[in-house]
Amino acid sequence: MLDFSILTDYMDVFLEGFKITIIASFIALICSFILGTLIAVMRIAPFKPLNWIGTVYVEFIRNIPVLVIVFFTYLAFDFGGMTAGIIGLTVYTAAFIAEAIRAGIMSVPRGQMEAARSSGLTYGQAMKSVILPQAIKIVIPPLGNQFINLVKNSSLLAVVAGGDLMYQGDLISASTFSTFDTYIFVGLFYLILTIPLSFGVGFLEKRLARSN
Amino acid sequence: MDFLAPFIEVLTPDNMKFLLEGFWVTLKVAAISIVLSFIIGGLIGILRYAKIPVVSQLLAVVVETIRNLPLLLIIFFTYFALPEVGIDMEIITAAIVALTIFESAMLSEIIRSGLNSIHKGQIEAGRSSGLNYIQTLRYIVMPQALRRMVPPLVSQFISLLKDTSLAVVIALPDLLHNAQILYAQNGSNVIPIFIIVALMYFIVNYALSLIAKRLELKQA
Repeated sequence: MLDFSILTDYMDVFLEGFKITIIASFIALICSFILGTLIAVMRIAPFKPLNWIGTVYVEFIRNIPVLVIVFFTYLAFDFGGMTAGIIGLTVYTAAFIAEAIRAGIMSVPRGQMEAARSSGLTYGQAMKSVILPQAIKIVIPPLGNQFINLVKNSSLLAVVAGGDLMYQGDLISASTFSTFDTYIFVGLFYLILTIPLSFGVGFLEKRLARSN
Repeated sequence: MDFLAPFIEVLTPDNMKFLLEGFWVTLKVAAISIVLSFIIGGLIGILRYAKIPVVSQLLAVVVETIRNLPLLLIIFFTYFALPEVGIDMEIITAAIVALTIFESAMLSEIIRSGLNSIHKGQIEAGRSSGLNYIQTLRYIVMPQALRRMVPPLVSQFISLLKDTSLAVVIALPDLLHNAQILYAQNGSNVIPIFIIVALMYFIVNYALSLIAKRLELKQA
């Protein structure tokens, strides 16, 4: 039977880690959304060198492990564990978000851009007020999936002493010597975050499928 | 060429051999886990698709739970927590078991949605031409579904290869682990070593993703 005294005795430690996991995932989500949008626009901009930079970024980052990126930011620069972790997660997730956004933009018919341009909008204006608002609808479910991945990947902060849920769980298991029970509780805390998110994403996917 | 000097220093035959040995462990663990999780994930996917009462629901709960947990937690759990209940594994076994548990759940979802994408009329047609349910799955549904599953399966394999790096936390002597040993000897080597490590992962994964893209184009 699970030893619930671990949960009650170390509640504040669990919650501290839980808080950092949420904060880190949230900051990384916002930053990688901004960076990802930028890269997606670079990849489809009518200027070849920008396309190349965007493509190289996406293809390179998507094909290397996120742990390599997190270690690199932690060791090569003088950041604390949490900052290095958030930067590493942002760099990694931005590549996936860029692809999701690019797919969304490509799904808007070409005629929309042509119509916007011929009514006198610049490329940037047309992108911002015509294309992106339509693309966002298609982009939201994959974005949700990326957020779930981010919450799960934020556990890598533990490897660089980032103070997240996994890290605190390690500390608790080291002082209680009941690794089994502690990890089960850590898992439950993660599920509190990820299960509602996956249901939300599933719901959005179904609704969007119906509206199309 | 000051920029290249640190690379030349790191790229000695001994160091490269050491890194490649690590990469060999990475590839081996990934390959074994891919095969095992394809078998287990396939079985789970088919059982859930067949909607066998109780079994399907039970599997749904297990799959959703595992999919929503961080892989790092599963690796830690397999290696550090399971010995408390008498299941003691060597590092490499623990790494393979943890990866297989996690990726089976992921693959089962790909396989289930691949099967679901085949029109119900196909099954009805198969059944009315005298095949039983298993035969219909085997000869009608599976061949069509497998073709659709190939691109997501390959991307999941790429994920698995990347995820293998997480086993460094239980000291699996993989590529990242050997890289850590090298830069521990000389701290100024961190950046060149990480770039070499990233390139090794990139070459293999990018090749895989090109194959996936080609397969996708062939289908379209």
